[in-house]
This record gives sequence, C-alpha cells and structure tokens, in this order.
Amino acid sequence: MVDVTPADAIPPAEVGEVELYHPHSWWTKYVFSQDAKVIAVQYSATATAIGLVALVLSWLMRLQLGFPGTFDFITPEAYYQFITMHGMIMVIYLLTALFLGGFGNYLIPLMVGARDMVFPYVNMLSYWVYLLAVLVLVSSFFAPGGPTGAGWTLYPPQAIMSGTPGGQDWGIILMLSSLILFIVGFTMGGLNYVVTVLQGRTRGMTLMRLPLTVWGIFTATVMALLAFPALFVACVMMLLDRVLGTSFFMPAIVEMGAQLQHNGGSPILFQHLFWFFGHPEVYIVALPAFGIVSDLISTHARKNIFGYRMMVWAILAIGALSFVVWAHHMYVSGMNPYFGFFFATTTLIIAVPTAIKVYNWVLTLWRGDIHLTLPMLFALAFIVTFVNGGLTGLFLGNVVVDVPLSDTMFVVAHFHMVMGVAPILVIFGAIYHWYPKVTGRMLDETLGKFHFWVTFVGAYLIFFPMHYLGLMGVPRRYAELTDMTIMTESARHLNSFISIMAFTVGFAQMVFLFNLIWSIRHGRGAGGNPWRATTLEWQTPQTPPAHGNFGKELPIVYRWAYDYSVPGAKEDFIPQNVPGDFAPSREPA
Amino acid sequence: MAETTMTHTSQMEPRPAGWRGIAADWASDQRAFKNVSWGKAMMWIFLLSDTFVFGCFLLSYMTARISTRVPWPNPSEVFALRIGGSEIPLILIAIMTFVLISSSGTMAMAVNFGYRHDRRKTAILMLLTAALGATFVGMQAFEWTKLITEGVRPWGNPWGAAQFGSCFFMITGFHGTHVTIGVIFLVIVARKVWRGDFDTGRPGFFTSRRGRYENVEIMGLYWHFVDLVWVFIFAFFYLW
Repeated sequence: MVDVTPADAIPPAEVGEVELYHPHSWWTKYVFSQDAKVIAVQYSATATAIGLVALVLSWLMRLQLGFPGTFDFITPEAYYQFITMHGMIMVIYLLTALFLGGFGNYLIPLMVGARDMVFPYVNMLSYWVYLLAVLVLVSSFFAPGGPTGAGWTLYPPQAIMSGTPGGQDWGIILMLSSLILFIVGFTMGGLNYVVTVLQGRTRGMTLMRLPLTVWGIFTATVMALLAFPALFVACVMMLLDRVLGTSFFMPAIVEMGAQLQHNGGSPILFQHLFWFFGHPEVYIVALPAFGIVSDLISTHARKNIFGYRMMVWAILAIGALSFVVWAHHMYVSGMNPYFGFFFATTTLIIAVPTAIKVYNWVLTLWRGDIHLTLPMLFALAFIVTFVNGGLTGLFLGNVVVDVPLSDTMFVVAHFHMVMGVAPILVIFGAIYHWYPKVTGRMLDETLGKFHFWVTFVGAYLIFFPMHYLGLMGVPRRYAELTDMTIMTESARHLNSFISIMAFTVGFAQMVFLFNLIWSIRHGRGAGGNPWRATTLEWQTPQTPPAHGNFGKELPIVYRWAYDYSVPGAKEDFIPQNVPGDFAPSREPA
Repeated sequence: MAETTMTHTSQMEPRPAGWRGIAADWASDQRAFKNVSWGKAMMWIFLLSDTFVFGCFLLSYMTARISTRVPWPNPSEVFALRIGGSEIPLILIAIMTFVLISSSGTMAMAVNFGYRHDRRKTAILMLLTAALGATFVGMQAFEWTKLITEGVRPWGNPWGAAQFGSCFFMITGFHGTHVTIGVIFLVIVARKVWRGDFDTGRPGFFTSRRGRYENVEIMGLYWHFVDLVWVFIFAFFYLW
C-alpha cells in the first residue's frame, strides 16, 4: 500500500488556529488544567490509585478462597463486598477510565496533530466529575453497612434487599450514584475525544492514516456513548426502587417471612439494560487495547502493520456487532430458545473480525525485525493471552455448553483472561512505550523485565487452574467451599496455589509502581523519539510536549503511520510528517 | 473560535462511486463533516447519546406496561381536566404540547435573526422561547400536583399498576429536567447575544473562548431535540 501525498498536494487548513487557554497560575497549570496531557495524567493517576484498592481486594478474596477459615475478619458478607467492588473498580473505574480518559486524552490530540481536545474546559470538567465518582465510590467503604455486596452485575432483586450487604444501607445507593456520576463525567470527555478525531485533525491526516491506537480509542468511545445510557437508565431506575419504593425491577417478593411493598417489576429488564451496556463495555476495554497493541507490534517489529484497512474495518465490525450479542450473558435467565440461537450466532460471528485482527498481528511479526523490548514483550504476551481467553469464549458463547459452565470458575477464568489480563498487559506495554514521551525518561529495563515475567507467567498460573476448577463444577461467588464434595483435596491445594500466585503477581505490580516513580527522576534520558517511531506524538519539538503540543506550526501529514523499513529510505522509519515518496518500487499490497 | 467553512471544495480529489465513495468522504482530510463546526458536531453526538437515554427510559416503560398483570390506568381519564362542568380528556397535555411546539418555532426564528446579527430580535425571541419553556415546566408542575393530590405516588396509585406512577414521574421528570436546563441556557445565551458578546468577541467566563452566533443554532439543536422527545413521550405515554 503506497499512501503518500506529494508535498505540493496538501490542501490548505480547513480550520484556523484556535486560541488555547493559557494558564495564569500554578493551580490552573497543574491542578485545574485544561491541557489534555495534564488531564490524562490526572485520569491515569486516579485510575491507578483506585485500581490499587481493587488489587488489595483481590488479595483479600484470595486469602479467603485459598485458606478458608483462617481469616476471621473475612466474613461471607465482607467477601461479597470484596468481589463486588473489585469487579466494578477494575472494569469501570480502572480500565475504562485509564484507556479512554488516560490514553485517550494523552494520545488523541498528539496523534491526530491537534493542539488540544476541541473543548478543553469540558474535558477538564470530565476529569473532576470522574474524581467525584471515585470519591463517592470510596466513601461507600466507610458508610454504615459498608459497600454493596451485590456482585458487580448488581442484579435485582437481591441488590436492594436486606440480605445483601449494603442492600438496605448506604452501599448500593452510593454505588449507583457513583456510576451515574461516572457516566456524566465520561460523556463530557467522550464527546471531546470523538469530535477531536472526526473534526480536529491536522492537514493530511485522513481517517485512513490514523494510527490504529486512535481508531481503537475512537471506536470504543463511540460505543461507550451509546452503551452507557443503558447503564445510566438502569442505575436511575434501581435508585428509585431503593429510595422511593418503586417497582421497576422488583417483583412481589417475600423476605424473612414478610411480604415486601414491591410488586410487578421485572428483574429481567434490569439484566437486559445492564448487558446492553455490559457487553459493549467488554469491547470498550478491548478495542483500545487492540489498537495500541497494533502500534506496539508494528513499531517494535520495524514493519508496517499487515492489512491496515482490514484492521480498521475489523475494529468497526467488532464495535457494531458487540451491540447485538448482549443476551449471551443471560442464557440461564430464562429466555425463548430462538433468542438463545440468535445471540449465540451473533456472538460466534464476532470471532471472524477478531480472528482477522489476530492473524494480522501475527503476520506483522512474520519476518519482522523483532526487538524484544518491554512494549514488545507485553504485546506478544497480549496476543497469546487474548487467543487463550477468546477460545474459552467459544465454549461460553454456545448455549448448551454455557448452561453447565455458567457461574463456575470457568467463567471467572475466561473473562479474566480476555478482558482482565489481556488489556492490562497492553496497558503495561503502552506505559513502557509512552512513558518516555510523558516524562522524558525511560523506565528501568531490569525492573521492567522482572515485572513482565512475573506478571505474564503468574497470570497464567493464576487463571489456568481456574478453568480446571470450573470444569469440575466449582462455583464462583462462594465465600466458603470447603465442605462441598466437588472440593477435592487437589482442588483445595490448587486454590491455595492460585492464591499464592496472586500475591506474587501483586508484588510484581509494586515493583512496577516503584519503577514508575523512581524513573521520573533517575531513569535514563529518552530523547524525543527513543523507539524511532513514525507517529506524530514522537515528532514534537519538546519532550515532554509543551502546552499546544507542536510548537509554532502544526505538523503536516504526508503518509500513513506505518512506514517502517521502507526500501530505499535512509532510515528504517519515515515519520508521518516527512514528505517525499521513498517507495517507488513497492507494489500496492 | 476562528473556524472557517470549507472554501476549496474544487480542490477535492475525485471520489470513487458507491459505498467506497461514502467511506472516502467520511475519511477525508482534516474533517469528516465539512462545514460543521466543532461545537455543532459535539451537540449532535451528544444528542445521539441522549437519544439512547430516552430510548432506554421509554423501552423500560413499555416493558413495564406490557408485562404488568394489573390493569394500566386509562390516561384519557387520569389526565382529564374538569372545565365548565365537563371532563375534557388530555386537555392540559394538549396545551402543554402546543406551548412546547410553539417554542420550537420561536427558537427557529431566533436562529434566523442570529445569523443576521440582529441582536435585539434574537435575544427577544430566545427569551420568548425560554418563557414558553418555563410555562411548560410550570404546567408540568401543576399536573404533578394534581396527580399527587389525587393519590398518585411513585410506588402506587388508586387505579391500577404501580408502575404507572413510577414511569410517569420518572420520564416526565427527566424530560422536565431537560427543559429546565434548556431554559437556563437559553437565558444565558440570550444575555450574551443582548450584550453583543458574539460581535465584540468577548471571551467566555469559564472557557475563555469567543462565542459566535452559531451558538444560538447549537442551543436550538438542543431545544428542538427536547421538543422531539416530548412528542414521543406524548405518543407513547399519553395516547397509548
């Protein structure tokens, strides 16, 4: 594919330069900043901080599962609270916020050649509302009755009944309020990301020249803008059920021998609303990871991405299809068999564009000049992990196989592999890749290698045995399994083993955090373009990029983002803003 | 904002026909939607997202209504007013709908005068729109009061399915909130127009960006959307 614009064919700028907001004080420069890069760091730091809470919660859960009866303070109620908050924090407050709020804010304006997001003030509000959502979430740990223990899916009727921790206390109210705030905050940011990609690109940057990172984040944001409304509505309605005593989701129900006031509501309605959000959410987390990993592989294998156009269409196809598969989370809820057939079919069709992406990643590596740098290691680990998690998805996507496996550890293993470990591996790879741009210094390589191997191998040692436990019938969401007949001697040992591995992997993350903080001052100087990459964020005049990103003149884009190892070129990469055709002899792919 | 509309359409390269052409148009240089400013694009995408919010609310209401085993109160009787000794069904809602649709008319006129830089007429029409919107919210408050005094609560009512009150207060409340926010912003933008901010290029208080008369149109997009949503609520809640 030869996609190069001659220097004299660049059209004039369609949009004049927009005045930037210039900070007047320390407060407006570093705290209430309207600069997308500062907002990105704020988003990332907040997401990481709340993510650490989720990590500690997972340790507490593993303490209980691995060594049942040893820790008195982990009551069944506390255990439910731990799994609920762990799931909710990881999926929404960490992964969504970090990929879209963190990477989206940092990379979109730089990669499309813009000075900032289109509406920096709204972008700033987005972060502060997100922070408020996080604070409301955290406050539920200190509320009477503690946080909600309804499971991250918050299924009614149990979510708002007295048997569930936080159900009749503050827990569920704070959880729902926090989600509503998150959605409001996200919408403000998300609108910015979408409009910046659609309308704020620099000269020469057509959509088909965008780096795949931007495609992934952009598509995920569009999906989030259409999927979060369902969660918003579900949260509002459940909040009304809990606070005002309406019966949207609450059927006539007897609790502790007493008839509740509720009557005639539909718990299944909540499940439909929740999963209409919940399934796209999986891809809201996965698509940015797909995009980022494509760029990492191409850059560190010094080779153009294989099948760029198909990669873009695959991202869009996955995004569209993910809106018509939601009920595969509800096979055991009771549903017309034909619906099951429909949703199983659409679910399996998603395997096609996903497989295209995996093939293209592997074909990009094929005969590439692979540098086993840290970002590359994490990218390779992602491909393997994602394929693993995807294959178990085939089991769970089929109704007949899913029904016996539903609510077992097999499901836990599946979704942790495919939307837990895999995207987080990409996050790590991306941090190792872009940290030099954000700080001007490299992360320490030795600590990074240690972090990588412990995390990668450890994640497999944690989640592979869970498949086996699940096939044996070990259910998820049980605080205490010791006396069940399915918990054989070997299964109990396996559980203890998983727990020990979980602590080990958790420790490796502490090393990573140390590396992050230590390298800000002591890391090796990186220079402007340490990976010799083509995309615009590496071509900024200053590193870290200054306010306004690109100095006096915005860059002009002459080529796509993947001109690596072009025959006849002086170097093995040609940045996007370099004019001239270096590839006369190549046939279009 | 110093955005300009595209002036060099003649320089655009020839596009392939059919779907490829559509894809090529969308993917073209710098902007997917030519002639569309950032603010307008952002409002349209927000409205798309908001459509999903109202869509989910209405679908949930329909689900509740068709799945309840208790009779649904008859809207023509519930929303009737006794005027001059006879019950007139849906009369208040008819007036409210008329008021809101009229406000869309005044809004459209305000946009027109805005682009002619007629500050006085634009501001007056926007304030008139806001007044009509406030009237709508006021009548909605009257309707709520009437129903509440008749014993309708979010958790039950004297005539049938409890979800009637739940859905009514939730959906009209959410829509009324939209109208109220619209009224507030109409007044803010009208003040800017009146003061001549869009002519003098006075920077915004929070954003420190200069506004343009297009802001009137963007405000109008939101307002028409809120009206359109009301048409659906009217059809599905009151006429069903």
